[in-house]
Amino acid sequence: MNAGLVLLVVVALAAIGFVIGRSRAISTAGGDARGLHSLPGYYGQTVFLFTAVPALLVMIGWLLFQPLYIDGQISDMISDTDIAEGSSRSLVMSDVRRVASGLNTALEKGIVSETQIASMTTDNTDVRAMLGSAGIALASAVEQNILTVAKEYRQIKGTLGLLMAGVVILIAAAGFLVSVKRIHPDYRARNVSERAIKALLIVASLVAILTTVGIIFSLVFETVRFFGLYPAKDFFFSLTWNPQFSGGSDLGIFPLLWGTLYVSFVALLFAVPIGLMVAIYLSEYASNRVRSIVKPMVEVLAGIPTIVYGLFALITVGPLLRDYFAQPLGLGTSSSSVLTAGLVMGIMLIPFVSSLSDDVINAVPQSMRDGSYGLGATQSETVKQVILPAALPGVVGAILLAASRAIGETMIVVMGAGAAAKLSLNPFEAMTTITVKIVSQLTGDTEFESPETLVAFALGLSLFVITLGLNVLALYIVRKYREQYE
Amino acid sequence: MTDATSSGASPTTKHATSLLAADDRTRRRNAAEARFRGYGVAAIVVAIMALVGLVSSILYNGSSAFFQTFITLEVYLDPAKLDKKGTGDPEEIRKVTTFGYAPLIVASFEKLAEEDGIAVDGLTAKKAAALISKEGAADLRRYVRADVNRVGQTVEFKFLASGRIDGYYKGRVTMESAEIDNNISPEQLQLADQLKEAGLLKTSWNWGFLTMADASENRPEAAGLGVAILGSFYMMIIVLCLTLPIGVAASIYLEEFAPKNRFTDLVEVNISNLAAVPSIVFGILGLSIFINFAGLPQSAPIVGGLVLTLMTLPTIIIATRASLKAVPPSIRDAALGVGASRMQAVFHHVLPLAMPGILTGTIIGLAQALGETAPLMLIGMVAFVREYPSAPPEGFFEPAAALPVQVYNWTQRADPAFVERASGAIIVLLVFLLIMNAVAIILRRRFERRW
Repeated sequence: MNAGLVLLVVVALAAIGFVIGRSRAISTAGGDARGLHSLPGYYGQTVFLFTAVPALLVMIGWLLFQPLYIDGQISDMISDTDIAEGSSRSLVMSDVRRVASGLNTALEKGIVSETQIASMTTDNTDVRAMLGSAGIALASAVEQNILTVAKEYRQIKGTLGLLMAGVVILIAAAGFLVSVKRIHPDYRARNVSERAIKALLIVASLVAILTTVGIIFSLVFETVRFFGLYPAKDFFFSLTWNPQFSGGSDLGIFPLLWGTLYVSFVALLFAVPIGLMVAIYLSEYASNRVRSIVKPMVEVLAGIPTIVYGLFALITVGPLLRDYFAQPLGLGTSSSSVLTAGLVMGIMLIPFVSSLSDDVINAVPQSMRDGSYGLGATQSETVKQVILPAALPGVVGAILLAASRAIGETMIVVMGAGAAAKLSLNPFEAMTTITVKIVSQLTGDTEFESPETLVAFALGLSLFVITLGLNVLALYIVRKYREQYE
Repeated sequence: MTDATSSGASPTTKHATSLLAADDRTRRRNAAEARFRGYGVAAIVVAIMALVGLVSSILYNGSSAFFQTFITLEVYLDPAKLDKKGTGDPEEIRKVTTFGYAPLIVASFEKLAEEDGIAVDGLTAKKAAALISKEGAADLRRYVRADVNRVGQTVEFKFLASGRIDGYYKGRVTMESAEIDNNISPEQLQLADQLKEAGLLKTSWNWGFLTMADASENRPEAAGLGVAILGSFYMMIIVLCLTLPIGVAASIYLEEFAPKNRFTDLVEVNISNLAAVPSIVFGILGLSIFINFAGLPQSAPIVGGLVLTLMTLPTIIIATRASLKAVPPSIRDAALGVGASRMQAVFHHVLPLAMPGILTGTIIGLAQALGETAPLMLIGMVAFVREYPSAPPEGFFEPAAALPVQVYNWTQRADPAFVERASGAIIVLLVFLLIMNAVAIILRRRFERRW
């Protein structure tokens, strides 16, 4: 019995519960709903909630922890001799899982029967060919031990699946009976169901906390494993990045950090003056009509997905910079470069800087402008000497937020900045960033045992800490500034 | 230009200046004012030029992806080739591989040379058949397998032209470049020109680009977005089904019920921080929690959907809270005044009034999720997927591609025809985003209430 079917059964039971609860409430009040404490629908609602919610919570918890339990059981059955040279326990485990799910597919397609699986050994069947005909390709022939474990895995999983279905439906039925039994004209059904709904609302708002916990947990856990395999000192202070999947790699974050900061710096160098001037012009000079046309147009830039910017960098900006600047000046021959990625990222950041600065400039009180004009200052003098100093903390906050965006940006640098980790000052040279390396270390066939893969989690944690720091700083500055004028 | 007499330092010259004529200092200040204004205009021009450049570059490179060169040929479905044993057994005919169909195409080029004189000296029929896409034989096989009674007939069949021929008519391939290209020769291009004159080769609208699955490295002409669009659509369904209820529930609690305490503060700080976490970090989360820990399959829409849900949640919560806040307190007071409970006031009165704002925020959040690429790359969406996922709910667990990741995939391939495809895919993506944003704007215009 699969989870979908169980879900369907529980929901159906709950829906029936609603109808029964409602009609039972009316009948206990002698057919007159005025005799009830709450509206009849609330009685139905209590039955619905008590039937569905506990059962589904148990089901979610079960589904989350079942794989852990099964892995624990199975892992013991794999002896060290099953683990081939250069392989690892987790690789063997994934083989077991693949064989087991292959057996299930073969069973569904009618290639084998349940009894055939029970008596199957590697001697009487070519398991690989059989699974191949069911559409599951295996890298190598299946060994007897793996097959035994896989069969055991199937069995445990099947038993647990049935057990879960039984337990969940039992809980639903119990909730159903208890809540129907409790229906009585004096039963405060509205209060009960409202309390339950409020609890659900709280649970929903917990998802945000859970996500943060999940992010931190996954990053920190794997990073600790990485530092178990690779010295932290080398990670933070080594000046070379040279991963080799055969081992003996240099995994220093420094060249990547340099590339990241360089690209972000170029991007901000482009975006901050333009974004700031756009914001100043729109809030101080532009007529309402110009503002209503230009502002949405600039903000369209913020709604364009970064993959579009990446493609723009790859097929237009990169070749342009290479052919008209880098090659004539003899500075480089690569179309992906720090400048390519930086310029395109700068375009992406313009609306970010401009709309945040626009807000802070508009928040400067009109009286300050009037005072400045009254002393005979021109508009630009007012902007430069009164408004900008007053808005400075907010503008700095906006720039910091833009910087955090730039540092965490992925697609533009993946497609525009290149993949070579270098420490160089030449902006026409290809360099790489933290995000690019997270992508390249984690895509493709990966196994989570080698430092070359795990380093991505350490990089991710560094990225998370840097961007979080910038954001907290920016919010702190902005909040402090707001208090001054409100 | 500084003049000693007008520097304004001595009081005697002060009276000499007229109020009507601007002095040097005023002129300087006015010039600075004009310059500053000019910077502002220049900044706006640069920003808009960037937008125009971006969009026109994509349109210029990508619009041709929607058109494809087709070659219509008369093919004799030779029983001697397709039904060698002559039994007419449908099963036997179905077993003929794609390679078995290639000679048929060669034969029809031979016929073309004999009967219509469409041929180029020194170009064998076998070389001529290379004008047809490698996918052509497979298409023909599918056509025959659909109805084996077609064997023995002569049919007119519309083949995809190979990527290079297609590129020739789109300006990517020229006679000069063909000289040094192993995949195409100038003779083949001449033959293509002859076919065009005979009306057999046409460039027409290509629905296949939107419906076909991805194709391998050396047949760009057959690559389509079908699987990617379906995968993205599945993910959007999951995101919508999860974020809307969770986001609205969380916002209602935080906006209407939450007491001011440390727990609420913690949740609020969390939400604003999550909105600023780099998207790639969500990819790492998806990889280690959903795939490695919970054991969900790689490159499946369910994992992508869950990751994107967590990413969009802050956006939707922020939008929902703003629109709940916009409903005036008088509405709540009135409901409470006639005896509604707080829950009833919220669910019966405040929420319906806030709904347009919530929906607008949701659509904008979905649009953001649709264009998100980096986290999907980490959960294995970069894999080459040729099979369409089946209908939900099973389809949610089967490998699929996603629209933005497909773009990335195509840019990583060597054949320049894939650049055109990638830009075309971006156009499709932008059209979807445009539609979603337009719907959001219409919703806002139509239903938004100002209190």
